[in-house]
Amino acid sequence: MNIINIEHIAKIYQVGMEQVHALRDVSLKIDKNEYVAIMGPSGSGKSTLMNMLGCLDTPTSGVYDFKGVSVSEMTDNELARIRNKEIGFVFQTFNLLARSDAVHNVELPLIYAGVPSAERKERARQALIDVGLGDRMHHKPNELSGGQRQRVAIARALVTKPAIILADEPTGNLDSKTGEEIMALFLEIHEKGNTIILVTHEEYIAEHAMRILRLRDGLIEKDELVERRFIPKARETIL
Amino acid sequence: MTSMFLELREGLTIAWWAIRANKIRAILTMLGIFIGVTAVVLMSTAIKGIDNSLQQGVSSLGSDVLYIDKWAWFSNEEWWRMRNRRNIEMNDYYRFKDLVKLPLAIAPVSNTVQTIKYGDRKVEMVFLNGSTSDYVKTTNFDFSAGRFYSDIESDGARNVAVIGSEISSKLFPRGDAIDKTIKIGPVNYKVVGVLAEQGSTLLGAFNPDNQVFVPLGTIFKYFASRNMRSITINVRAANPEMLEATKDEAEGIMRKIRGLAHNEPNDFSINQQEGLTSFLDSITIIIKIAGLFITGLSLFVGAVGIMNIMFVSVKERTREIGLRKAIGAKRRTILTQFLLESSVICLIGGIIGLIAAILLSFMLNQFFPTSVQYDVVILAIVISLLTGVVSGLAPAYTAAKLDPVDALRYE
Repeated sequence: MNIINIEHIAKIYQVGMEQVHALRDVSLKIDKNEYVAIMGPSGSGKSTLMNMLGCLDTPTSGVYDFKGVSVSEMTDNELARIRNKEIGFVFQTFNLLARSDAVHNVELPLIYAGVPSAERKERARQALIDVGLGDRMHHKPNELSGGQRQRVAIARALVTKPAIILADEPTGNLDSKTGEEIMALFLEIHEKGNTIILVTHEEYIAEHAMRILRLRDGLIEKDELVERRFIPKARETIL
Repeated sequence: MTSMFLELREGLTIAWWAIRANKIRAILTMLGIFIGVTAVVLMSTAIKGIDNSLQQGVSSLGSDVLYIDKWAWFSNEEWWRMRNRRNIEMNDYYRFKDLVKLPLAIAPVSNTVQTIKYGDRKVEMVFLNGSTSDYVKTTNFDFSAGRFYSDIESDGARNVAVIGSEISSKLFPRGDAIDKTIKIGPVNYKVVGVLAEQGSTLLGAFNPDNQVFVPLGTIFKYFASRNMRSITINVRAANPEMLEATKDEAEGIMRKIRGLAHNEPNDFSINQQEGLTSFLDSITIIIKIAGLFITGLSLFVGAVGIMNIMFVSVKERTREIGLRKAIGAKRRTILTQFLLESSVICLIGGIIGLIAAILLSFMLNQFFPTSVQYDVVILAIVISLLTGVVSGLAPAYTAAKLDPVDALRYE
C-alpha cells in the first residue's frame, strides 16, 4: 500500500496583492521502502512540496492521504501527532538544541510522544549507536563536527521509527567527503526498510536515490527511476 | 496524562536553561518582579500592622462600654444642634446611677488638656481624665506599678494621679514614678499608679498611654467649674451580650432624667466602640486601596518588563520553536513552555522579594507597626506566579501560533 498518495494538490500563497502558485497540480504516489529524491531549481516548489509531505503545511486544494488518512482536513494537533510519530525530519542546518547533549536532542521527539524516561534514554542511545555515535552520547552540538551533528539529527529522525524520513538538503552544509558519509548512512537506513524522501539540488546526491522527481514551476516535470545508482565509496568504511 | 507530565518537566528544564543562558537578562527582569513583590508584601504587612494596631487600640476602649455624651462621635446631625443640647451634669449622673440596674460599672468623666511636669521634664497637651474610682472598672487597665485611686481619694478629691505608660517613660525614664510628686498645670499631684502599655500609638492623644487619670473633684476644684462643662458617663455592661439591653435601659433612664416627652428626640448621645471601629475601617480601607494601587503599579512595571523579555526570547528562539513543532510539539506544548519560563523567572524574583520584604518589615517594625502573616507568603507566591502567567501569555501565544515552516526558515 502507498504510504503517500497525493492527487492534484495545489498550494497558493497570498503575498500582498499577488497570488503565488507554489504548487499548481501535483499528483504523486510513494510506496513503502522507496528512496525518492525531489529535485528542481529554486522556486520550483520543491520546498513547498516537502513541507506538504512533512505535514508542516496543508494544501490549498487537492487530496493528500498519508497511510490512507486524509491530511488535508487535519487539525493542528493531529498534524503535530503525525509529524511526531510518522515523520522524521533531517534539515540542512541540523537544527539541534545547542544547550542539550546528543542524547537529549535525540530524546526530544519521544518526550512529545509521551515515552517514559528510562525507555526514552535507551531508545535514544540505541539510535545514536545505529548512526555510529556510540562514543559521543553526551557531547553538545558545539563539541561535534558537522557530520557528527547531522548524524545526531538523523538519529533524532529515526528514534520514533517513522513511516518516512524527510531530508531537506542534508549534505548542503557539509564538505563532500562528510556528505558522502551521510549519504552512505542514508543508504544503510534505506536498506533496513525505511522510506526516504530527499530534497536536493545536486544531481550526484539525487542519484543516490532510486527515483527522482523533477519539479519546475509548481509542476512535476519528470518522474524517473535512476538507472545507475550512485553507491557511496564511504560505504565500506561505515558498514 | 504522562505526556502532559513529561511536557511539563521538559518545559521546566528548558525554562531553567533559557534563564541560565541569559543570566544577566534574567536577573534584571527578576529585579522588576522582586521590587514589585517586595513593595506589595511590605505594603500588605504595613496595612496589617496598622489594622492590628488600631484594633488593639480600639479594643482597649472596651467593646462593652457605652459613653453617654452631649456629643455624638459620629453623626450626620448638624453640629450646632448638638451644641444647643443641655450639658450633662453631675446631677444627671447621680440620678442615673440611682436608677440603672444593668451596668457593671458607671463613672462620670470630665476631660481637660494640661501640661504635666516633673522636675525639668514636661509633657504638653496631655489628656487629663477626671473620674471616680469606679472608672477603672469601666476599662481593661493593667498596672505596671501601683494602683488606681481609691474611693476615699476619689470622694475626698485628693491630689493623686494615675499616669499612662508613655507619660511615665517620658517623665520617669528610670521607671520610678510611684510616690513622686508631679505638677499638673500649677497643682501638685502624687503618682499612685502607672498603667501598663494599653493601646496603639496610632490613636495619639486618645491612647490611654498618653493620658493622666485623677479624681473628678480635683478637676472641678482646679481646672473647670462644676457646671461649665458637660461630662461623659461611662457605662460598662456586664458582658458584651448585655450591651444592647444596657443601652436601651440607659436611653430610657436618660430620657426620663432629662424630662423628654415621647415625641422629643434624645438630647444626648450614647456612643460605643462600634462607631469608632467603622469610622477607622473607612479610613484604613482608603489607605489600603491607595497603598495597594501604588505598589501594584510597580508590580505592573515589572510585569511589562517580563513581557518584553519574553517577546525577545520568543523571537530569538524562533527556529527552535519551529524545530520543536516539526518534531511533534503541539501548540499547547509551546505555550506551556514559555508560560513556565516567565513563571519561573517571576517565582524566583517573587521569592527573593518575599524574603527581602520579611527582613525589611522586621527592620521597619522598630518605627512603624508591621505584621508578617503567613498569608503574605501565599500572597507573594500567588502574585508572582500570576504575574508570570499574565505577562507570559501574549509572548507564549505568539510562540505557539508560529507557523513551523516560517519558524524553521527564520534567520
